[in-house]
Amino acid sequence: MQHAAVKVDDLNRPVAVQVTDLHKRFGELEVLKGVSLTAREGSVVSMIGASGSGKSTFLRCINFLEMPTQGQIEVTGEKVALTRHKDGDLHPSDRKQLERIRTRLGMVFQSFNLWQHMTVLQNVIEAPVHVLGVPKAEAIERAEKLLHKVGLFEKRDQYPAFLSGGQQQRAAIARALCMEPKVMLFDEPTSALDPELVGEVLKVIRDLADEGRTMILVTHEMKFARSVSSHVIYLYKGVIEEEGPPSQVFGAPVSDRCRQFVSSAHA
Amino acid sequence: MAGQPGFPEILSLGPTGYGDELLFGAAVSVSIAVLAYALGLFIGIVGAMSKLYGSTLTRSIMQGYTTLVRAVPELILILILYYAGTATLNQLLESSGFAAIAINGFAAAVLVLGFVQGAYSTEVLRAAIQAIPVGQMEAARAYGMSPWLIFRRITIPSMLPYAIPGLANLWLIVTKDTALIAVVGYTELALATRQAAGNTKMYFTFFMTAGLIYLIITLVSQRGFAALEKRLRRGQRKLA
Ligand SMILES: Nc1ncnc2c1ncn2[C@@H]1O[C@H](COP(=O)(O)OP(=O)(O)OP(=O)(O)O)[C@@H](O)[C@H]1O
Ligand SMILES: [Mg+2]
Repeated sequence: MQHAAVKVDDLNRPVAVQVTDLHKRFGELEVLKGVSLTAREGSVVSMIGASGSGKSTFLRCINFLEMPTQGQIEVTGEKVALTRHKDGDLHPSDRKQLERIRTRLGMVFQSFNLWQHMTVLQNVIEAPVHVLGVPKAEAIERAEKLLHKVGLFEKRDQYPAFLSGGQQQRAAIARALCMEPKVMLFDEPTSALDPELVGEVLKVIRDLADEGRTMILVTHEMKFARSVSSHVIYLYKGVIEEEGPPSQVFGAPVSDRCRQFVSSAHA
Repeated sequence: MAGQPGFPEILSLGPTGYGDELLFGAAVSVSIAVLAYALGLFIGIVGAMSKLYGSTLTRSIMQGYTTLVRAVPELILILILYYAGTATLNQLLESSGFAAIAINGFAAAVLVLGFVQGAYSTEVLRAAIQAIPVGQMEAARAYGMSPWLIFRRITIPSMLPYAIPGLANLWLIVTKDTALIAVVGYTELALATRQAAGNTKMYFTFFMTAGLIYLIITLVSQRGFAALEKRLRRGQRKLA
């Protein structure tokens, strides 16, 4: 595998996503206990950690698929206004602001979540046309370019159920890209895939990193995280146990737990 | 009775036959069914959404409505709603200084059957919406879709494949429930049949004919729903 040049966080770049002191409770269970993250433009921040450590929950809080119990989220300099809800969590106060913020965050799910009643092309243009108001012809043109890029142009008129997992995930990535988001959010994009299909999806993600896309990536693919990231966060039971450049987190971690985790995961 | 034509002339469309009366009755039945079904679907969508996403109060109101309607026999409901409904309406009109009106039997039939259908539709649609994989809605929310956009573009088309078998059943039921409207004296297919049979004493001929008309309505509907279901399921893989 050919590795791109190691990314280094450029502290002069503007902040794309800033999460400050995020807490999340599910009833009695506190899943996140004060997690902060800064993703600058062009950086790739990876989040690793054992199953159940709260990685997905953290990512889902960024676009409010999960409501945080405490904390603050800023996307491209815009702070999301939050109000305490009677369920005890913070909910966005302004639906319009929430929807606007969400259009800047391109989410890719572990289980793809392509809309089953739409063809691949319809999936890709749906939100650009109906949320952003992009003219349909223009959206189709944009979508076809992206489908070329992820190698699915020929499949554009197929329904998702007739594609392989790897193809579905690449279609889902095209769908996210068609919104021209500021930041891509990946939640274990290859975990639901058969091993032989992982590579084709990782290749697409690596290309995006090489283009300088800002990404936050939750993954169990240690080798990939090591080679693609500019910053790695190791989450342990809802707390950041170790973070830093991949050379540190994978090569010379300070925390014993982190060392154990990355060595057992064959980084 | 002298000179009464026999079968099959008795079913002709002319002044001596009852064919036109029966066909007119069938047209009335189908019209009542279509409108009641549409009203039921509308109530059903509102009902399902309020059962799923409404406040505690709206949820308990909908729960009461669906329980009550599904508990009481339709014939009794129709009698209650028709007589009690018209009486209440006229009382209201009179007490506010208006003259009592004769309730249009057609409108009453549509309203009453639609009200009954609404309860069943609510349950069919609620279950269908709940059958949608959560990821479909989450993806929509994650891309900044508004609730109304999600409802139109994702919820409705994703739930239809799950709802169609139930909705097809409800359609077949409402076509036959129109016959219950005969009890309030409105002439649809069943009442037209009874009148023709009574006048001619040719009970067998007329009830068989009416049965045949209901059967044809059912067969045509089944074709239609099968085609619709096939279209709605075009994104789904067939079981191997
Ligand atoms: N909706 C929910 N209700 C209750 N508990 C939840 C909910 N979602 C997640 N949890 C719990 O929160 C904890 C963290 O879950 P999360 O999915 O964030 O873990 P993860 O790090 O992504 O794990 P994995 O690597 O297996 O995906 C788990 O203990 C999980 O059971
Ligand atoms: Mg997860």
